[in-house]
Formats: sequence, structure tokens, C-alpha cells
Amino acid sequence: MEAEKIISIDTKHYKENISRRNLAEKIFNVILLISVLFGLLMLTVLIIDIAVGGIAWVRPELFENYHSRKPENAGMKSAIAGSIIVILLTGLFSFPVGVGAAIYLEEYAPKNRLTDFINLNINNLAGVPSIVYGMLGLVVFGRMFGLFSKDSWFVNLFNIPIESGATGGWKFFLFDIPWLEIHLPFGRSMVAGALTMSLLILPIVIIASREAIRAVPPSIREGGYALGTTKWHVIGTLVLPIAFPGILTGMILSLSRAIGETAPLIIMGAFTYVPFLPKTVWDQFTVIPIQIYNWITLPQPEYRVHLAAAGILVLLVILFLMNGIAIYLRKKFEIKW
Amino acid sequence: MNLTSNIQSYSINFHDDATIINANQLNIYYSGKLTVENFNLQVPKNKITALIGPSGCGKSSVIRSFNRMNDIIPGFSLEGKIIYKGKNIYSSREDPVRIRRQIGMVFQKPNPFPKSIYENVAFGARVNKYQGNLDELVESSLIQAALWDEVKDKLKESAYALSGGQQQRLCIARAIAVSPDILLMDEPASALDPVATLKIEELMWELKDKYTIVVVTHNMQQASRVSDYTAFMSLDREKIEDRIGVLVEFDETTKLFTNPKLKETEDYITGRFG
Amino acid sequence: MLKNLSKSSFISFYNPQRVRNLRERIIAITLFGCGVFSILVTIGIIISLFSEAIGFFLRPEVNLITFLTGTNWRPLASQVSPENFGVRPLIRGTLMIAVISGSIALPLGLGSAIYLSEYASDRLRSILKPSLELLAGIPTVVYGYFALSFVTPILKVVLEDQLGIRVSFFNAFSAAVVVGIMIIPIVASISEDAMRAVPRSLREGAYALGATKFEVSTKVVVPAALSGIISAFIIGISRAIGETMAVTIAAGATPRMTLNPLDGIQTMTAFIVQVSFGDAPSGSINGQSIFAVGATLFMMTFVMNIISASILKRFREVYE
Repeated sequence: MEAEKIISIDTKHYKENISRRNLAEKIFNVILLISVLFGLLMLTVLIIDIAVGGIAWVRPELFENYHSRKPENAGMKSAIAGSIIVILLTGLFSFPVGVGAAIYLEEYAPKNRLTDFINLNINNLAGVPSIVYGMLGLVVFGRMFGLFSKDSWFVNLFNIPIESGATGGWKFFLFDIPWLEIHLPFGRSMVAGALTMSLLILPIVIIASREAIRAVPPSIREGGYALGTTKWHVIGTLVLPIAFPGILTGMILSLSRAIGETAPLIIMGAFTYVPFLPKTVWDQFTVIPIQIYNWITLPQPEYRVHLAAAGILVLLVILFLMNGIAIYLRKKFEIKW
Repeated sequence: MNLTSNIQSYSINFHDDATIINANQLNIYYSGKLTVENFNLQVPKNKITALIGPSGCGKSSVIRSFNRMNDIIPGFSLEGKIIYKGKNIYSSREDPVRIRRQIGMVFQKPNPFPKSIYENVAFGARVNKYQGNLDELVESSLIQAALWDEVKDKLKESAYALSGGQQQRLCIARAIAVSPDILLMDEPASALDPVATLKIEELMWELKDKYTIVVVTHNMQQASRVSDYTAFMSLDREKIEDRIGVLVEFDETTKLFTNPKLKETEDYITGRFG
Repeated sequence: MLKNLSKSSFISFYNPQRVRNLRERIIAITLFGCGVFSILVTIGIIISLFSEAIGFFLRPEVNLITFLTGTNWRPLASQVSPENFGVRPLIRGTLMIAVISGSIALPLGLGSAIYLSEYASDRLRSILKPSLELLAGIPTVVYGYFALSFVTPILKVVLEDQLGIRVSFFNAFSAAVVVGIMIIPIVASISEDAMRAVPRSLREGAYALGATKFEVSTKVVVPAALSGIISAFIIGISRAIGETMAVTIAAGATPRMTLNPLDGIQTMTAFIVQVSFGDAPSGSINGQSIFAVGATLFMMTFVMNIISASILKRFREVYE
């Protein structure tokens, strides 16, 4: 070792400045606290602002009436019905595919480039703006690329009888039961809206279900295989029942995202004024957020301020209920391994 | 020697001038649970003191309380005093930041920052407002840590490019650079291969002229090779279920390993423990 | 549980091997189909956006060059000509929202993340984090309402009444403020995850050298988590670019090459909503123009998401 190069390090060279650094520490702490509290403050202000504007307008008419030219009579009955049906259908459509994809990725997928690509793709889909899903839904479900419009090559080629009904396309009646009919294209129906919403929440459903399945410890699976059962048997009878509450929680949270979505359904052509309750899933519809948007755009303050706020209150209550149920389920079935 | 407990223990005593840290009746708790009980130790100046004992006996808890590193663990609390330079480091007037500058620490696994080699060594100097020449400080610290020759041409490269042993010596250089009085080493070689371990041990031997070293190790050979004094900790046998660490015997290393005063120590160093 | 299990495996034991294998195969293939379905969705997005967008650009009234460089966006003007189809005002509007909301959300989100990861106790964190995430769960139409009913009136009082600066009722700034609030939790959550992934040993190393918590946070944790934080920033900005309802409601509907945030503007997303409400028939120039704008929007967010994913991937490789 080159001893002569050792420079003696003297403690005196350290200014330390402890008191100044502690002051910086305190200031920093306050700045950080302010940035956290800013978000929470805005949340509080937002809720108060809406409650003040709308609480008096949450009254029976809001739930019993359709939109009206007189603000005091206006309600959003059809929007509430539309939201509920669209959400139920969305759950119905996205659950099997989302959970299936999650099971595939967690239990079956080999570690290869295709799997990597699927993962990357799911993450990317989660970041696609919701309005883009609306455009996808419009082309694929709403119009079906125009295949069933009056003079398309497809219709001409197969000589398909085209109706000029609500959706203007092809209509099958299955066993003459009205709700077992299929309209092609899906048009502005609730089916089209729900399918679009299903695609929109699919990435979230997959990610949440994967987490729930991953939380099941491998020892459970090994225990199952040790009894000489097949893979699906182990997954179906051991893994999924344990993961189910987690999957359900993720599902509810995903649907709570869908219930507040407005833009994709507007692009799909959902109506703002629907003065009837839907009879079948092929009917035209509106949903709560679209009704709220419609009210916000009207000039009279009764709509713009009060009815809109009242609608928002209903929407927020539904959201909090859904989140509450999800949290309750998670707590109730939480298993510590 | 022992005041409150019926545990048999043995400690040698030093004149106060010869010691640098005095731990006085320490009780260490994590989340209210007693982990180390009634721990007394006088650490002699400019010597290497080893802390040995079975795993879970609180060696790390003790060494981490010597520079208040435990403060950052939620739920930690401590009773008793640790006297350093005549002051209790746990008194409310003492700032843990200053204590840690004066009492440095090297950890089990090398933990260089994801920065260049140079910036790793300069880190402590920068935050503590070093007034001298930073380049010289980095060089002299790396020389003392016996790493200079290996890294002098790549000071700007990432510290992660170094081998595990080199990274650990970099961490030692980083600790030396803030000119501490004491170096606490918590199993500094446990993650290293035998050759790198020997280099670290050699380095400790060279550093003890300037620094007091306290080293925790589970490796008795290492303790007997490098240390001047050895403290043997174990679990309190009266309350073995509670897993409370206590000091059993503290003596010169040669005496402790060749002629232990207590049977418990003898059992442990001859491998008859448990 | 065990009883159930032995019973059902007893049944499957009596199933002929071949049936069982066939069933396993069908299930595996179905699940594989579900897994691959997400790729189909992406392909569907690309096909539906670009087939219509290409139809738009093939029209004689428009061309790609003036679309990308033109500074007039007047798709409803009586004279349909390439000069009236320049998308830059919409991009300018979108970017203005992104820049302003980003300059609100990035510092506040990062600050919140540092606080949650480094300062808050576990208990406090378990309260603060879900509360902050509530902000991300509020529907965007609600933020639009909030911008008009709260932010704009405040701007009017503070800027117009006190300082005499003209504030349009529909203006970019109010919309950007609420979009900023909306993306705070996204930035905070991803940044915090990145910071918590920084090993504790690095923090201890810095503390042991006599660093304060501030110094540990800013000089060790933040630099070590930097790629994750940058990725959070990109995701946040990409969210702001794709945000639709709040800007449709609050920012106005006038495509304008302005730099004044107190003017009304129109974003790409707001234009798409505006045309969709007008019920432009499919195949018409307006019906197709939304797909050209939508494709532009998709490309922008897609590139940002890819960049952020690759940064995040590299970050994970360092620490996992």
C-alpha cells in the first residue's frame, strides 16, 4: 500500500450543519404532507360541492320519472335501469373470458415469448384511453364493419333479408322467445354497449383475477396433485374456490370502473333521451353518467347545477356501495397463509 | 457483576480511559417484546471486539443500537444507556444523524448505492458537508479499504459492476470516508466467498489502528482470528421460550476460546450447544 | 373439504382415461383462447381505427400532409377542403391539458409517493393510500362538473375580478386542474410502488453514513427508483391525453391554436365526443374524421405506454 498517499481525514473537515439539515428535514416533511393532503382536500371539496348542489334534488321524481322539459319533473329512471342492465351484462361477458385468461396465464402458460407478449399486451390495453374502446365497439359491435347494412357485399352475396328495425339488420328469433333473439349488427343496443364495456374492463379483470389466483399458495396445488388428480381438477376444486372471493372482489371493482364510464357509450351512440324502460337487451338505452353529462350541457341552472349534482350523488352512492361490498368481501374471506 | 438477573455471566473490566462505548443495562424491545435483556458491555478503544453467539440471540440488535440504526425500525424501543465520549447517545439532546456519522456501520450484504464508485464513497462526505478536497478523500478512503488499486481506473463506473467482495470493501471505504471513530460490522463477510472473507479480515486488522471495530459474526473461527476481545451472547436459558438474548461472557479472545469461565460458553465454542 | 375431494376424485378415477384427457385438452385450449383473446382486442382496435382512418385519408377532400401540419380544424365548415382538416389545433389543445395537468400532478403525486413510502407509518399509510385512490375511482364526468361548478368560478373571481384577466367560461385551465387532480393517485401509486421496491439495505447504508431522512429520500431512494418514477410520470401524462369527459365538459369546443390556457380549446377526445353526439352517419367525412383523430390519439398513448412499460421492466430487472 502506498502509505504516503494516505491523507489524514480530520473530523474538523465535516461542517455537519446538523441544525440546518434538520430544518430542511422539517420543511420537506411539511411539503410532502401538503402534497398528500392536497389530494384529500380536493376530494372533500368535490364531495361537499356536489352535495350542496344536489342533495335537495335527490327526491322520488329522480328515480320515478324520465327526463322532462320541466326540471322539477325530471328524473333518470331509464338511465338507472340502463346502467344496471349494462353493468350486469358487462359482468356476464367479461367474467368468463377474464377469469379464463387469468387461469391460463397463472396456471397453464409456458414461459415463452407468446406469454411475454400477452402480458405486455394486457398491460398496454389497460392504458388505452376508454374513448378508443368506444370506437372499437362502434365498428365491431355497433356496425359490424357494415356487413349487415342494406347493400353490403355480404348481404348481396348471401341474399340476407335485411330489416329496417331499430338496429337495421338481421334478426333471429330463437324459439320465438323475445329475449332469445339476436340482432346483427348489435347497433345501439345494450348488448353492444356491454360488450364494449367488457373489452374496456377486461385488462383490469385479468390483472385482479391473476392476483387472487397467485395468492393461493403452491402447497395447495401440490397437495392436490399428490392425490393423483388432473390439472383442471386441482384448479377447479382447489384453487378456484379459494381464489373466488378475491376474483369476485376484483370483478366488482372493475364493474365500478365501468359504471362511471361515459365516453365509450357516447361513441357507441347511446342516447341521451330515452323515455321508456328497455324491454329487451336489444333496446336503445342511456346510462347515469350520460344523463348527467346531458344535464350539465343544458343551459338552465336547475339541470346544469342541481339535477346534474343529484345524478352524481346517486352515481357516487352506487360506487361507494360497490366498493364497500368489495372491501367487505375481501375482509371476510381474507386468509392469511 | 450482574445486578438484576440470576443469569450467570462474566465480564472483564477496563479503565474508563481505555473504552470508547459503555453499554449500561440495556433492554431492547421490538413492538413491546423484550429481545435483549440487561446487556452490559465496555468496548475497548482501538481494538477489535467480536460479538458471537447462536442466531437469534440479539447480536445484531445490540450492534445496531450502538449507532441508533434501530431508530428507523418501527416498534423499536430501548432502556438503559449507551455512553459514548461521556454522553448517552440515547439522550434526547443527541442527534442520531451526528451519532451515525461518528459511528459507522457495514452491513451483512454489501449495499452499495446504484451510483458510481466515486459517488458511493463521496456520499457521506457530501451530505455531511465535507470541507476538504473530495477527490483526495475518495482516494484515501479507497486506499485504506484496500480497493484503490482495483478501481482507480473506473471510479465513474457503477458500483454494481464490482464483485461481492469488492462491493463490501467499497462499503467499508464509504464508511471510513466520513471519518468515524468506530466501525460497526454486522456479519460483514457472511455473504462472501472464503477468499473475499479473508481480504475483509485482513482489512479489519489494518484498520484497527485508526478505528475501534465491533464485529458481529456467527463464525467462531473468524472471531478467534481477527478479534482482540470476544463477547459471547446467548439466549436466556431460564426463559428459553421467550428467546431473550443475554451477554454470557466477555473476555480477551484468547482466554475466551482457550479457557472459558462459564460452562455455557465452553459448550458453545466446542460445538456442544443446544 | 377433504371428504369432498376424495369423493370427487373417486368419481374421476372411474372416468375412462381417454375421456378425462380429452376434457383436459378442451379446457386447456379454451383457457388458451381466453389468454390470446386480449391480443385479438388489440388487433381489433388497430383494424377498426385504421380502416376508417384510411378511408378518411383516401378522400379527395383531405390529405395526410395537411392533416398533420394544418392549423385549422373546421370539419363542419361549408367548404370541405384539406385546409380545414389540420389536426394541430386539437393536438395543441390536448397537449396543453397534458402539460398543465402534468405540472400539477407530477410534483404532488411524487410528493405523496415519497410521503407514503418514506414518512408515513404503516397505519397512516393504510388510511391515506386508499383515500387517495378514491380520487382515481371517481367518474370523469364528475370531474367535469367539478371544473365548471368550482374551479372556473374561482378562476373568475381571482383572475377576472381581482386582476382583470379575461377568463372564458369554458377554458383549458379549469379542465387541466381537474385532470391533474384525477391523475395524482396514478402517479403517486406507481411511484410509491417503485420506491418501496428499493431495498431497505440501501436506506440503512445511507442512514449509517449520517444522512437525514430527507437526504435518504431524495439522494438515495428517489434516484434508485427513478426509472419507476419516470414510468409513472409517462403513464400519468398518457392518462391526461386520453382523458375525455372532463375536458369535453369544461374545456370548450373550439379548436384553437392558442397558448392561453384561459381560452376555450378543444382536445382530440372532446372532438370525437362532439361528432358522436351529432350522430354523423357512418361513411360520411365527419364520421370518418373521428377515426383519423382517434388513431392519432391511440398512437400517442400507445407509444407512451410502450416506453413506460420498457422503462418499468428494466427497473424491475434491477431489483427483483
